[in-house]
Amino acid sequence: MAHVDNLERKAAITGIGQSDVGRRLNRDPLELTADACLQAIEDAGLTRDDIDGLCTYPGAGIAGAPGFTGGGVNEVQDMLRLKLDWVNGGMEQSGQLGSVITACAAVAAGYAKHVLCFRTVWEATAAVGGRKLDMQPLREKAAARKAQQAEVVEDKPHKKVTGSGGMGAIPRANGVQQWSLPFGAASAACWIALCAQRHFHEFGTTREALCSIAVNSRRNAGLNPKAVYRDPMTREDYFNARMISDPFCLFDCDAPADGSTAVIVSRVDAAKDMRKPVIKVESIGSAIRGRPSWDQWDDMTTMSLRDAGAMLWERTDYKPDDVDVAELYDGFSFITLAWLEALGFCGKGEAKDFLKDTSNIALEGKIPLNTHGGQLSAGRLHGYGFLHEACTQLWGEGGERQLQNFGKSAPKLAVAAAGGGPLGGCMLLSAE
Amino acid sequence: MSDNTAEKPFRIQPGLTRDNVHFWTGGADNELSFLCCADCATIVHPPQPICPQCLSKNLAPKPVSGKATLYSYTINQQPWIPGFEPPYVIGLVEIDEDPSVRLMTNIVNCDIDKVEIGMPLQVVFEEQDDGIIFMPLFEPANG
Ligand SMILES: [Zn+2]
Repeated sequence: MAHVDNLERKAAITGIGQSDVGRRLNRDPLELTADACLQAIEDAGLTRDDIDGLCTYPGAGIAGAPGFTGGGVNEVQDMLRLKLDWVNGGMEQSGQLGSVITACAAVAAGYAKHVLCFRTVWEATAAVGGRKLDMQPLREKAAARKAQQAEVVEDKPHKKVTGSGGMGAIPRANGVQQWSLPFGAASAACWIALCAQRHFHEFGTTREALCSIAVNSRRNAGLNPKAVYRDPMTREDYFNARMISDPFCLFDCDAPADGSTAVIVSRVDAAKDMRKPVIKVESIGSAIRGRPSWDQWDDMTTMSLRDAGAMLWERTDYKPDDVDVAELYDGFSFITLAWLEALGFCGKGEAKDFLKDTSNIALEGKIPLNTHGGQLSAGRLHGYGFLHEACTQLWGEGGERQLQNFGKSAPKLAVAAAGGGPLGGCMLLSAE
Repeated sequence: MSDNTAEKPFRIQPGLTRDNVHFWTGGADNELSFLCCADCATIVHPPQPICPQCLSKNLAPKPVSGKATLYSYTINQQPWIPGFEPPYVIGLVEIDEDPSVRLMTNIVNCDIDKVEIGMPLQVVFEEQDDGIIFMPLFEPANG
């Protein structure tokens, strides 16, 4: 094999964990993080003392994105009292799985033996203002106390408290946001819709292809007890849904959820006596060779996924046809379509035929896709859910949705991919 | 180029800086203006301190024709920003002088069902922020 020296070969996934997943769990996100992390550690047959590396996406304190992060490395290290040789957390990397890819490099370099990687979201709860302290009782109490004091000091005029700051001020968009927000393009739904529309224009793709992705995911979610949307969905249901930003309707957009996912990345030679057989990292794709931009990327029909997908195959002798199961990010359905083309599961521009119906991507199909229901139906766990599901299938832990229930042999090779726009990272995983 | 004051939506405004002021205020003089390299003529967008082509620091704002072509678009139906009511068309346009330079914008003065990729466009400015900021929007060329 030409690629045996690739450092990611020294890395393996040895455990996975996932908290409860749901709409509006209304629980402390750090608690969800703890649940997922401790489960992953136990799944690997390790204890907290074995964990010497900690890694996450996007890290702590992302302003203006409620529920987007459930704790950074410092909070989690402290919460679990981990003794670490290596930590890393941040947003500027190859998408959500960039954190896991970086952990592979860290164990290969010998910085750590067992890295705990996690990703937590609680956007469903945060979207309705959940877990905010109710200030009203405190204000009432303070007002009552002041009123009492005012009675005592009657000659002192009561100063009226008025709102100040920001009254009538125009909200400002700075940095990269200035190029989209002033035009009402306030969501990635709009930006990715521009990519999809261009793909439609160049290749004759239609909403039928996106519909196949959404319907397939919903069917798989019906077999996943943790999925947030499990009711059956027909193609007719899809086309009856209200439009968001065309060509996207509601069912092309992922479902905000609360939940945490964790994986353990171990150095292969430190993973001899794990609870389960290790899942080897065969190759990774992290490349972004064009402009890192949502709108200036040279070919919007591919986004940066083109380069990440190409790099993954540059680093292995396996071919797309060898892959048994694909777990491909679907923040919006079109992103999955773009990953299918980027990773060569169908040719560029050929997704319209490949996705004419769900026969190619169903559990019984050529390349079973998003077997847990993806973010569209299982809930937006933001990237890590795909890696979790790839491992779940490789370990044969998929329950009702396990591929062997659908006339398939035990899967040996899986792709997990996450991110869209200028964020893209993917991993080829092998169960020996 | 006309100011279409009739149906101005509520827009979030760009925070003006020394680097972007030419772009967001050029409409006062009916000019769509980009940072341009004086040495190799590359149009540099978004603004940055060196030319990505020849690494020259000799950059200065320069007006372009305001003509563009529609690269892609979406008819947005979802209300994201109170006061900016859907439906509206978000366009991604390539400017004529260098199609690799794109602007996200709104397509205006055009029936929504007449919008199509490849259509020729021209800039039209929408005055905002008490006459300081001029949003570059695009309408059908010669429309
Ligand atoms: Zn230059």
